[in-house]
Amino acid sequence: MSSFPYLTVTIAAPLVGVAAIAALPKGRTSLARPVALVASLITLGFAIADTVAFKTGGPRFQLAEDYAWIPSFHIDYSVAVDGVALVLILLAAVLVPVVLLAAWHDTEEHVPGVEDGTRSVRAYFSLILVLETMMIAVFAANDIFLFYVVFEALLIPGYFLIGSFGGERRSYAAVKFLLYNLLGGLLMLAAVIGLYVITTRSSLGGTFNFQTLSKAVADGTLTMSGPTEKWLFLGFFVAFAVKAPLWPFHTWLPDAAAEATPGTAVLLVGVLDKIGTFGMLRFCLELFPNASHFFTPLVLVLAVISTIYGALLAVGQTDIKRLIAYTSVSHFGLITLGVFALTARGQVGATLYMVNHGLSTGALFLLAGFMISRRGSGSVDAYGGVQKVAPLLAGTFLVAGLSSLALPGLSSFVSEFLVLVGTFEKYPAAAIVGTTSIVLAALYILWLYQRTMTGPVAKSVEGFKDLNRRELAVITPLLALIIALGFVPSLLTNYINPAISKTPAISQTLHQPSVAANQSNGSGQ
Amino acid sequence: MNPDNYLYLSAILFTLGALGVLIRRNAIVVFMCIELMLNATNLAFVTFSRMHGALDGQIIAFFTMVVAAAEVVVGLAIIISVYRTRRSASVDDANLLKY
Amino acid sequence: MPGELSTVAYAPPPATGALLLTAWVVALPLAGAAVLLIGGKRTNRWGHLLGCAASIGSFVLGAILFFTLLGRPGNARSYDQHVYTWVPVPGFSAEAGFHLDQLSMTFVLLITGVGSLIHVYSVGYMAEDENRRKFFGYLNLFLAAMLILVLANNYLLLYAGWEGVGLASYLLIGFWQHKPSAAVAAKKAFIVNRVGDVGLSLSVMLMYTTFGGFAFTDVFNKASTADRNTLTGIGLMLLLAACGKSAQFPLQSWLLDAMEGPTPVSALIHAATMVTAGVYLIVRSHAIFDLSPNARLLVTIVGAITLMFGAIIGCAKDDIKKALAGSTMSQIGYMILAAGLGPVGYVVAIMHLITHGFFKAGLFLGAGSVMHGMNDDVNMRHYGGLRKYMAVTFVTFGLGYLAIIGVPPFSGFWSKDKLIEAAFAQGGTSGWVLGVTALLGAMITAFYMTRVMLMTFFGEKRWVEDEHGHEPHPHEAPLSMTIPMILLAVGSVFAGGLFVLGTSFQNWLAPVTGHSEGSAHVNSWAVSGAALAVVLIGIGYAWRQYASKPVPSVAPAGSFATRAARRDLYGDAFNENAIMYPGQYLTRLLVYFDLKGVDGVVNGVAAGLGGTSGRFRRAQNGFVRSYALSMFGGAAVLIAALLLVRA
Repeated sequence: MSSFPYLTVTIAAPLVGVAAIAALPKGRTSLARPVALVASLITLGFAIADTVAFKTGGPRFQLAEDYAWIPSFHIDYSVAVDGVALVLILLAAVLVPVVLLAAWHDTEEHVPGVEDGTRSVRAYFSLILVLETMMIAVFAANDIFLFYVVFEALLIPGYFLIGSFGGERRSYAAVKFLLYNLLGGLLMLAAVIGLYVITTRSSLGGTFNFQTLSKAVADGTLTMSGPTEKWLFLGFFVAFAVKAPLWPFHTWLPDAAAEATPGTAVLLVGVLDKIGTFGMLRFCLELFPNASHFFTPLVLVLAVISTIYGALLAVGQTDIKRLIAYTSVSHFGLITLGVFALTARGQVGATLYMVNHGLSTGALFLLAGFMISRRGSGSVDAYGGVQKVAPLLAGTFLVAGLSSLALPGLSSFVSEFLVLVGTFEKYPAAAIVGTTSIVLAALYILWLYQRTMTGPVAKSVEGFKDLNRRELAVITPLLALIIALGFVPSLLTNYINPAISKTPAISQTLHQPSVAANQSNGSGQ
Repeated sequence: MNPDNYLYLSAILFTLGALGVLIRRNAIVVFMCIELMLNATNLAFVTFSRMHGALDGQIIAFFTMVVAAAEVVVGLAIIISVYRTRRSASVDDANLLKY
Repeated sequence: MPGELSTVAYAPPPATGALLLTAWVVALPLAGAAVLLIGGKRTNRWGHLLGCAASIGSFVLGAILFFTLLGRPGNARSYDQHVYTWVPVPGFSAEAGFHLDQLSMTFVLLITGVGSLIHVYSVGYMAEDENRRKFFGYLNLFLAAMLILVLANNYLLLYAGWEGVGLASYLLIGFWQHKPSAAVAAKKAFIVNRVGDVGLSLSVMLMYTTFGGFAFTDVFNKASTADRNTLTGIGLMLLLAACGKSAQFPLQSWLLDAMEGPTPVSALIHAATMVTAGVYLIVRSHAIFDLSPNARLLVTIVGAITLMFGAIIGCAKDDIKKALAGSTMSQIGYMILAAGLGPVGYVVAIMHLITHGFFKAGLFLGAGSVMHGMNDDVNMRHYGGLRKYMAVTFVTFGLGYLAIIGVPPFSGFWSKDKLIEAAFAQGGTSGWVLGVTALLGAMITAFYMTRVMLMTFFGEKRWVEDEHGHEPHPHEAPLSMTIPMILLAVGSVFAGGLFVLGTSFQNWLAPVTGHSEGSAHVNSWAVSGAALAVVLIGIGYAWRQYASKPVPSVAPAGSFATRAARRDLYGDAFNENAIMYPGQYLTRLLVYFDLKGVDGVVNGVAAGLGGTSGRFRRAQNGFVRSYALSMFGGAAVLIAALLLVRA
């Protein structure tokens, strides 16, 4: 146990901001914005401190803290991070300040069905901070029950952010978001309880502690019968597949992303959805290795379908935000492919992809938001020739888009290639079909760019202002990270590699394929 | 004296109260029937306490009395305010809580 | 023949001394691009100068490297420079490292040399464009990516450069984004290239699983141990990549549209350098192709088809740039054909690539100069008689013309002659088919290039006013444009001769590519004679068509063949009908399916639940007594159930 409670402090920092916002006097509610921004920046500082305190050469889980919570059920407030969780916490901590700055005037914008000026600034910024706390906690949770509680509790701020601050069809989208995720979550609750019951019958004597469970599963202390393991796996997997979202559980995402404010959409798609793929990587694979092997073909098929289906649907969309949401369905297909390829390359790539996708899709959503705030329409047809009047907007959009289509030199390329190569080692057919999505990716991004940014200046776009200082401050850090991670992915892989290598299922696949084959021939026992 | 008789009395009182709740329309009467049912259970509790020689039943009886008192306060207030708006104390006239 | 090279372990030593400059060759244009693109408007005033400086600096470094290499013995001219580990993942370590040998050196000189000339040319050509700074930023970006492509020491970094040049090409074709045609052409180029990139990614993955790595050291050393079918698979995937980048059949359709870009771009990217990357890829991967005759056969077939395809299209185009683009396609077809011949052809392919780089870049710059003088009109039917007004352009263009059709002693003669000879030397039926195709191609080349020459510089004036009513006033371009044209013309005259002297170029490249004489004996005098004869036929026929009678300023309807060639032999029509329209239909169908099918099921479940609840809701009639009755009923049922269970 570390001397300083790094993770708890990081988790609590945004809550302090919420308290400060609540304490603001009535007439000064607009101060909520700077207060929230400062709180999120402090959180980012703590997240960076976590990263510094994390030793890449050390054990897999570090910065652990354990306090008893509900002793009669062996439930603890237990947090610890490995490299995978750490980089995702960093992603959340980076995105929130960016989103807050981008959302500066969100509550003032005119939305059909809401009287101007009636939307609470304090509520909006507090909810985002609450969301941040929960996002960090969910990645840091080491206790499965704690993970489950935060996983479900996340829906509350999510629901209100979509339902109270979104666009015209916000109630529909919010309810859909809630119901879909609750359904998955309840299946997971059943599986969590089932798992606990099984542990009470084993020599472990009842525990929710992930590290203990993972070790017990790996060394055979904890065994389950085949059908039990499969059902528990499905309980977890469906929850994560809804969250991720994987085809055919994806239809809540385009609605939610299109109706939410751009900032909320970024957090929703950029971070919240990552919990799904993170959960598959951490819980499904490690706790139920046999069931994972059994279901791998099915999951791979779903992942490949998601990849191609999402890309094709993105091509057919006429709304910018829905289009970006469908590209995410496609990218999540690839991430899932990498996770379930069960190779070191695939999983490092998938983890890296989670971060990179957050950055590039985040940038795209925010830029789409800037466009919509100028023109008031999310339809692709409403734009044309933007590059002539707002070259910075068009240029940054192109860079974010190129990252989304995985151009080498920008961050997504490394992760996408690792995912595909990692899949190719074991499942060439899935990888080949997945690879064709790069053509579709080029099509949907560049066609979107062509329709909105190039050509003669559309009537409605005349008088468009280019990005102002605040908007530049929003987009610059994202683009800088996209380029930096494209050239030096080792900034993150230094943390991810050890985490993946120490995962029991992966440790046999550390070597490159042919070398591994030679070794196994040589050392055949 | 055989304590069973107290239980029979309690059952009779409870049935009377239940019938009253189901049949009568006047809110005040319905209300009084509910009180009757509560007191019937009280009687049963006290009897069981006596039969088993434990104090639990008597304690619960006191709880019930407190709850019943609170209920009277809230219930009567509701009935009066319903009467003010509807000019009637019949429970059939207060039927807004439907589909 | 196969396996000879692979027995020698391929292990280039680390670079030392002056050779460490290799990374700087790439870094200079990359830094230039970064400054120009991130610096924004602040760099407008001096941006073009910085762009030129970065390019010329890179060329100077390249020259230093060249002379350093020359100073070493032939078998010690291959070096690796490790810069940093790009992607460190367990079992997968991608280096950012450079490999300098005779092949990459040749390309570095070509890219930075021609690139510098075109940078200088663009200063004048783009003088009036308000985004000139951005143009130079993109050009520098292109140089950096292209240099990464040819200098990479592993296939993943090569892939990065490969996509990088694709991006630069996208940005430059669509440089005039306000023109919808340019934006569409740019997107099309990128997407068609991406189809090729799928091939390259898959080949890298196959290499990884087959050889345990994708560094040149892994691939070249272990190629001979791999299964033949796998090698053929890798070869075919590489060929797909080459087809995309080099506009070879069946991925040729983007190159003609790419002419929407500014002319210097067409000269640099779509003639001299980027489009030849496919040839580089095949020659660089000779270790794979040497061992896979089937893959090689397909390469030659693709080359031969494209050779004819491009040449036929070139005959029918009235747009001067598109005629030249068809020619580029055809000439690269020659190179691909040569590369597919194996060790006989590698050197020849690269030689033709270099000479083509000179004369085609010169021809494009000449075309740009003509357009500059003619109000940016590209229709050759509106030209005519320009030789009196644009003397320098006429002479330089003419020299390039003589080089491309293969008139001795101009450069094209040497390389094309060798190429045809190599094709015949293949022997057997395939040798004859390829050789005759190459000869036929040479004839058509002579025809369409003579046509361009005659329609542009000879005959009567057929000038027309532009849409603003301005009469064209043809004039010679400024010095910054003519000097690069003159230098390129000098290159097209002498480059070929230099290569052939004492087979020096062959000796230079042989350590990399290997060399062997063909299996069949070919009389080189007979081949040269035949080549010259077909060229004369081509010129003669063009003369009869376009010089002996006036050229109509509106294109005549033409025969079926002409109309087909004008429509790019229905390449686009095929793509539209076979891919685009079904694709659009599919996406629309899927959007509908997602809305009504997947989402419909979800919403249907919700509606079903809502309906059922609605029925149950009726039970809530608002009468307290009925609620009480149901409570009592429920209690009774419960008690009954309890009693039953106990009984």
